[in-house]
Amino acid sequence: MLARRIIPCLDCDLGVPGGRVVKGIEFKQIRYAGIPWELAGQYYQDGADEIVFLDITASADRRETMTGVIKETSRSVFVPLAVGGGISSLDQAREVFNAGADKITLNTSALKRPELIEEIAEQYGNQAVVLAIDAKRRYSLEESREIVQTDDGPCWFECSYYGGRQFTGIDALAWARRAVSLGAGEILLTSMDRDGTYDGFDIPLTDAVARRVNVPVIASGGCASPDHMLEVFNQTDASAALAASIFHFGEWSIGQVKSYLKDRGVNVRI
Amino acid sequence: MTIVIVDYGMGNLFSIYNALDHVGGNPRFARDPQDLKGAKAIVVPGVGAFGSCMAQLSRFSESLLQHFQEGVLMLGICVGMQVLFEESEESPGAAGLGWISGRVVRLPAGVMIPQMGWNCLKIKQHVEMLDGISEGDMFYFVHSYYGLPEDDSVVAATTEHGVDVTAAICRDNLFATQFHPEKSGPKGLQILKNFVRAARC
Repeated sequence: MLARRIIPCLDCDLGVPGGRVVKGIEFKQIRYAGIPWELAGQYYQDGADEIVFLDITASADRRETMTGVIKETSRSVFVPLAVGGGISSLDQAREVFNAGADKITLNTSALKRPELIEEIAEQYGNQAVVLAIDAKRRYSLEESREIVQTDDGPCWFECSYYGGRQFTGIDALAWARRAVSLGAGEILLTSMDRDGTYDGFDIPLTDAVARRVNVPVIASGGCASPDHMLEVFNQTDASAALAASIFHFGEWSIGQVKSYLKDRGVNVRI
Repeated sequence: MTIVIVDYGMGNLFSIYNALDHVGGNPRFARDPQDLKGAKAIVVPGVGAFGSCMAQLSRFSESLLQHFQEGVLMLGICVGMQVLFEESEESPGAAGLGWISGRVVRLPAGVMIPQMGWNCLKIKQHVEMLDGISEGDMFYFVHSYYGLPEDDSVVAATTEHGVDVTAAICRDNLFATQFHPEKSGPKGLQILKNFVRAARC
């Protein structure tokens, strides 16, 4: 049986030489966390099952910095590496794969041009394309939306793009299904309501997406403790849990989180 | 000692290169069949679908077989393991290398396809390439098809994903894995260390 994966996420500001890892709160304030490949190396040693790099600057001239980060990381980190942020063409995806990435994550560019998912999946396989969704709860119910029950009442989920700065009007649940039919092999699902809040994952959102697609779903946004991971694994079919702050700022190591989960019956790789 | 990675133009081989380099294997690439000359050990990585993989690999077929028969150590990875079989449901009509009797079949309906993630090994044979690996150790898999040998005495390890899935095979100087040792953390590196050590003998 497949293990549940624990994935640290490194949000990279590539505006400084070599890049640095930062962490925002609710997609805004920024704290500095470290040098990308050093943190990645530490997480690998601690037992990370995979590592996600997101280029939050995502401008074309900084892609070279990101490929540098990937090359440096892949010399000493031997678990899958996923890279996202600003990849908007097959050529750009190829640069990132050639630097040593195993998967790329797409968000804005796929929303703007869904065929990009097909193009990359055709060349590199479905497993290499991760669709990232930044979803926000909307309690104003509209016709044709996929409604989910939550403790705060029924809502639908709206996709955002451009790093959470703009909304699309697109229903996140419908988009998840469509993206998988186009060839996305995995969904990285971030709750904008929870991201950086330390309130735990959005369980109804994660559950709703995991029920609608037959590809792995990575829960993201709001994780502040191993208990939050336990909750998302016990209450949903999420294949993986992604977190940033709790690892970056030394609150919990990945090893500690995994021991905690294993002791409580979750199948994780120790 | 020369370890050669067959580069038949199907994409990113840095991961396997870096991992072999990390464990002291000092590998080089073979872009043409004549580059295999002098190899003490050969790695056949696998990328893409069975048919397109074989289309690119077929120019190496004769040379690979010759080295295999001469006793050169061989390591197949992922689709690089599947191509050792005779054929695959993924690409009807495409002939594999056929070194292992049997065919490659699709994972059963009802499980997540592709199998993507970490799964544990059930060890069937304690072969040299699995030195330091214990029952239950986890490895990274990404695949939708798996090899089904006619003679199950070649199966070194399996993993469970709806059915018992062939995870590693061993025959004479050939070892192959469905999982990716180069992406499987310290346990994966252990297998590559075993490979490098055997190549030195």
